[in-house]
Amino acid sequence: MSDLIDAFQVAGKAFFGFQAIFFALLAIGINVHFGYTGLLNFGQIAFAMLGGFGIAISVSQWGLNFWVGVLVGIAAAVVLALLLGLPTLRLRADYLAIVTIATAEGLRLLFRSVSATPVTGGTRGLSAFNTDFIALAPWDTARRYNILGTSWSGGELWVALVGWLVVTAFSLLVWQLMRSPWGRVVKAIREDEDAVRALGKNVYSYKMQALVLGGVIGSFGGMVYAIGTGSAIPDQYQNANTFLAYAALILGGAARVLGPVIGSMLLLFILQFADTGLRALISNGVIPDTLLSSTDVAQIRFVLVGIGLMLLLVFRPQGIFGDRREVMLDAR
Amino acid sequence: MAPATTGGRAERWRSGRRPLVLALLVAAFAMALATLVPGIASAQGERLVGTLQTSRSGPIEGVEVTVETATGEEVASVETDEDGRFAIDLPAAGTYTISLDEDALPDGVALGTGGASRDVTVDTGRSQPVNFGLVDGSSNAGGGSVEAVQLLVDGIRFGLLIAVCAVGLSLIFGTTGLTNFAHGELVTIGAVIAWYINVRGGIPLIPATVIAMIAGAGVGILNERAVWRPLRRRGTGLVAALVVSIGLSMVLRYAVQIVYGGFSNPYADYQSQRAVDYGVFTMTNRSLASIIISVVVLVLVALMLQRTKIGKAMRAVSDNRDLAASSGIDVDRVILVVWMMGGALATLGGVLLGLSDQVQWDMGFRLLLLMFAGVTLGGLGTAYGALIGSLIVGVFVQMSTLVIPSDVKYVGGLLLLIVILVLRPQGILGSRARIG
Repeated sequence: MSDLIDAFQVAGKAFFGFQAIFFALLAIGINVHFGYTGLLNFGQIAFAMLGGFGIAISVSQWGLNFWVGVLVGIAAAVVLALLLGLPTLRLRADYLAIVTIATAEGLRLLFRSVSATPVTGGTRGLSAFNTDFIALAPWDTARRYNILGTSWSGGELWVALVGWLVVTAFSLLVWQLMRSPWGRVVKAIREDEDAVRALGKNVYSYKMQALVLGGVIGSFGGMVYAIGTGSAIPDQYQNANTFLAYAALILGGAARVLGPVIGSMLLLFILQFADTGLRALISNGVIPDTLLSSTDVAQIRFVLVGIGLMLLLVFRPQGIFGDRREVMLDAR
Repeated sequence: MAPATTGGRAERWRSGRRPLVLALLVAAFAMALATLVPGIASAQGERLVGTLQTSRSGPIEGVEVTVETATGEEVASVETDEDGRFAIDLPAAGTYTISLDEDALPDGVALGTGGASRDVTVDTGRSQPVNFGLVDGSSNAGGGSVEAVQLLVDGIRFGLLIAVCAVGLSLIFGTTGLTNFAHGELVTIGAVIAWYINVRGGIPLIPATVIAMIAGAGVGILNERAVWRPLRRRGTGLVAALVVSIGLSMVLRYAVQIVYGGFSNPYADYQSQRAVDYGVFTMTNRSLASIIISVVVLVLVALMLQRTKIGKAMRAVSDNRDLAASSGIDVDRVILVVWMMGGALATLGGVLLGLSDQVQWDMGFRLLLLMFAGVTLGGLGTAYGALIGSLIVGVFVQMSTLVIPSDVKYVGGLLLLIVILVLRPQGILGSRARIG
């Protein structure tokens, strides 16, 4: 029983930790792309990687100010969105899907390659770029704090606080934008692109704006993640994270302002709970060693997420909060 | 939770035996994996293992390898067997010095910068691999191969392999409209099934591949019957189906990792072949076989599409599903056959890939991007387009290493994909109407 309480506590921390912020920001970005505009961006993690490495490279390689690093990250995300959108946004939806998934993988390979090592640190990545940011915390970051039975370091708390403020800010932005004329055009593009074109709107340009906006939000996710872990390593930015963010978004409900946020918190809670719980069951011998070993747990979580994603899409595509009519997308 | 770092996805395609001319050295792979090959019983105690071979000389037999303790006491001394392997049992964990008899090496093979001896630390219960970096200077002196030609041939082999895998992907897209992101897993599952039959079951690779292809066809059928046909009946949209295929891909990929493990393992057969010199390029016999098999299979597929009833039906369904259905073609049956064929072909491609690289849990997923590049280049949904496109992508990816470092050659393939989409989005053989 104590194992179960432990699992709850660890999972409760995951509920609010920087990883939940990371996925929430990725998912808010995807929500702008997929939920509102109907763009299939399967390379969201590439934006996050550019955000994280924007800071990491600027600060620890070029010796720039931390805030300049943030700007570099945003600029890199904008450039990537333009590069991705230019060839694909005029084409059918699945072309963007293929190109984004390939770009995310290609960029990661590029960042971890030997020839990029002088800039990105290669497979070992970069570290020691978040001290300026952590030093801004109004409390002692060296101490540990106990909140509701979970233990946080001062730095973690600071990252989590700022991260959730960023999430709130972007949620408000998305909420306001989607109530504006711009939002109505974008949603109309999702429903019927030709009708919008017939009304004289430049569909291509709106799609591009949405792609850039969602990409920038994703890049903030990468920044929070890099600051939270204190290091930027290319292999942290595996594309499986994009799919986890999709799962979070669909779980919470696409095309809803709070869908991605709640979805990410729940997803991380479930993942962490499953992780700790399975490990406890295996070490207690409830699940025999021959069936599963504790090293398999990390993989099982992905299997579970995959199954969950499939079941959600088939049986409840609107997730918890969504509206079924808004998510029955079809790429002609 | 930790993010999805699976780590150690190191060098993707080790196929790029690239600079045979420049390269003085082809390191001897003293693989930890040697212990996984049947014939050497798996050890309980501590031991040192390794293989002496270079690509020119092949396995090197009869070289004496000696192990001493840190104090200079000799533990054991063995000669390498006909596969160039050695394995020395140790009394306990600790630090040992292992050395080989330099004079016994054949002409042209020399020791690398590491010298003739190594200090190794062996942990308790571990079988510690040792690598003597053998240098193969002969390729420099007698070098008949021209790098560009060498890469072209490698690229053709690789491109044909992609084509074998991608034909199914393209046909599935053509007949059902599904962009199947789980197609890479068909490749992996096929290769892994063949690995189990071959290495664990001890059946030679060729019959093992045939059995695996039948199993792969079964996996294809299972895909269609258990997932995609029910979804079509429910009227699930194509975008939703695409995301479902991503979920399926995750489930299968990580399930394979749980069952098979995160390591890369070779097949039991055809591993220690030396490259044959063809004048302007060199190639192992297994690469030659890979090319021949791919060509034969692709020609058979083309003949089937052109001549047989089911092949014509496939093209008809690809072209216009409703028209095909109203002309009396059983669309569901055609799609089932397409899945079956896709599964079997993906398995074959997986085995060929496992032969040139190794069998790994995410090999198919990594190939998937190149398959998409090939299929898009040729024209989504056209079988012949997939063939031509894949060939171009394979050659392009390998040839690009002339200019860019080989660990970023995939990025070149990706750039190619983007350039194609700008210039000719419908692909080489695609029709304008399809791209929307």
